[in-house]
Amino acid sequence: MSCAQTVVDYGLRSLGLGERLLPRSDFTLCQQVTLIGSGLIWNLYFAFFALLFGFFLATGLALAKTSLNPWLRKSANGFIFLFRGSPLFIQFFLAYEALVLLPRAGIEIFGMTLGTGWLTKAWAGALIVLTLNTAAYSAQIFHGALMAVPKGDIEAAEAYGMTGWTKFRRILWPTMLRLAWPSYTNEAIFLFHATTLVFFSGFPAFQQRGDSLYYASYFAGQTFNPFVAYPIVAGYFILCTLALIGLFGVVNRRLNRHLPGAVQRIRYRPQMIR
Amino acid sequence: MFTYCSDPSVLEGLAWLSCYLTTGTHLLFYASFGIVLLLLAITAPIALLFGYGGAMASRSRVAPLRWLGRIYTSMVRGVPDIVFFLFVPIALDQGLEWLRHQALCDGDAPVRQGNDFVVCAAAKLPLSTSPEWVHDVYAMTLAVIAFSVVFGAFAANVLYGAMQAVPRAQLETAEAYGMTPRQVTRRILVPQMWTYALPGLSNLWMILIKATPLLFLLGIEDIVYWARELGGAKTSSFAYPHPDWRLYYFLAVLAFYLLMTWISERVLDRLVARLSSGQATLAGEAQRKAGAL
Repeated sequence: MSCAQTVVDYGLRSLGLGERLLPRSDFTLCQQVTLIGSGLIWNLYFAFFALLFGFFLATGLALAKTSLNPWLRKSANGFIFLFRGSPLFIQFFLAYEALVLLPRAGIEIFGMTLGTGWLTKAWAGALIVLTLNTAAYSAQIFHGALMAVPKGDIEAAEAYGMTGWTKFRRILWPTMLRLAWPSYTNEAIFLFHATTLVFFSGFPAFQQRGDSLYYASYFAGQTFNPFVAYPIVAGYFILCTLALIGLFGVVNRRLNRHLPGAVQRIRYRPQMIR
Repeated sequence: MFTYCSDPSVLEGLAWLSCYLTTGTHLLFYASFGIVLLLLAITAPIALLFGYGGAMASRSRVAPLRWLGRIYTSMVRGVPDIVFFLFVPIALDQGLEWLRHQALCDGDAPVRQGNDFVVCAAAKLPLSTSPEWVHDVYAMTLAVIAFSVVFGAFAANVLYGAMQAVPRAQLETAEAYGMTPRQVTRRILVPQMWTYALPGLSNLWMILIKATPLLFLLGIEDIVYWARELGGAKTSSFAYPHPDWRLYYFLAVLAFYLLMTWISERVLDRLVARLSSGQATLAGEAQRKAGAL
């Protein structure tokens, strides 16, 4: 079987398209590269949507943490402590067990029946956990940045007559993002790496549709040879991490474009700031 | 455990619960919390040692050693740590068995035969005749090494940064006094780097705590294993039948981790305060001013 045929058969296997059965014997390098690459779709999916939703949630949480209302502030602090203080691995297990307990038939709300089965699937359940997790970590970063916004900037904005939403949108938020961005890049990389945990925790891989590490461990288990499959995953992740750093670097330059000489190359220091 | 526990089927309420929570398997569950703490206690110093070695290697004047150090410290940047946790134990196990195969087995049958990894009985690690606890200790040792390698690389990053942060003038002064490079390292560099390394290292400790449930993936009977095992639904053929209680068991595990984080935060805050007193840093200066008021 040629390599091109393998790519056609297994390129989208992680989404359930193409060949149904995974290769069982005579594993070729091409099969391993293709299947593991196909699993990478899930890692990118989880990372993209968790970061997208988590970003807005984190901004809200960071603002709640600075709020004068004690209830709002305390609940934001509690949320952040809960998700930063416990392992993501346990969060996945816990969320899965909790979501499984929801009634199978669905929940009745306003006469409509809301299905709950989809919540126990990895694409939704794990995404929710990842979103909440990254929101908690990012909120801590954003809060730190919000506290570091120069006092003069805010006073200048007030002198111009800006208040409330306008002041936030034009002054606070852009400055907060600019200050938080190097740390936020670290967080994004960490989250991307954390997506490999999804199919090793409570969430089962439906019809063997897993992420890249799921397929890599499948190959390593079948061939008793960890020296091929795991380096392939590592290679994919190094490439994606470099791409992510590049992408966030572009945003960093845009955020700092009004400050000549302020753009520093973001140095990725793994997890140090988390 | 208690005398009234001999017939669980007649027990009710609190009595039932007290018997249920003290069964043999539950005691193993409580002991597995000890395994987590043991792993932390063993791994943290070894990882620090690996980190120190890595940081010193990256500063070395010998180029190959420096490259080795750089590769080691940067390997964790692009690759998820869980890949290393899955890779290192198997790779180490096979590497050791291969070495023993070369030394102990006669005949040159290849180790890899198709999809199998075959070594002769004498080269197996641990030997199939060895008792159960040897297997457990061996699995735990591999896990400790995997954790130490990964967290050593993180620690090397932190310590390398801390060593770079020690003011250059301090080292130059020491050299001007005629100290050898070894003396400069021991007397000037290492004592001063801790205050710069502490924020990174305390962060690393938090990450290490939160990585311990991954022991489950390495086949160790840790708290996640027991929480799944004990929480699963038990039919009436068991002494203590109950529905699926895994949620409650995981809540207990979660509470354990939150407590660990909370205690660590308190302790580390104190340590930071202790180490920054008298230092010419922002934190030390703030302490001095607060004391003067």
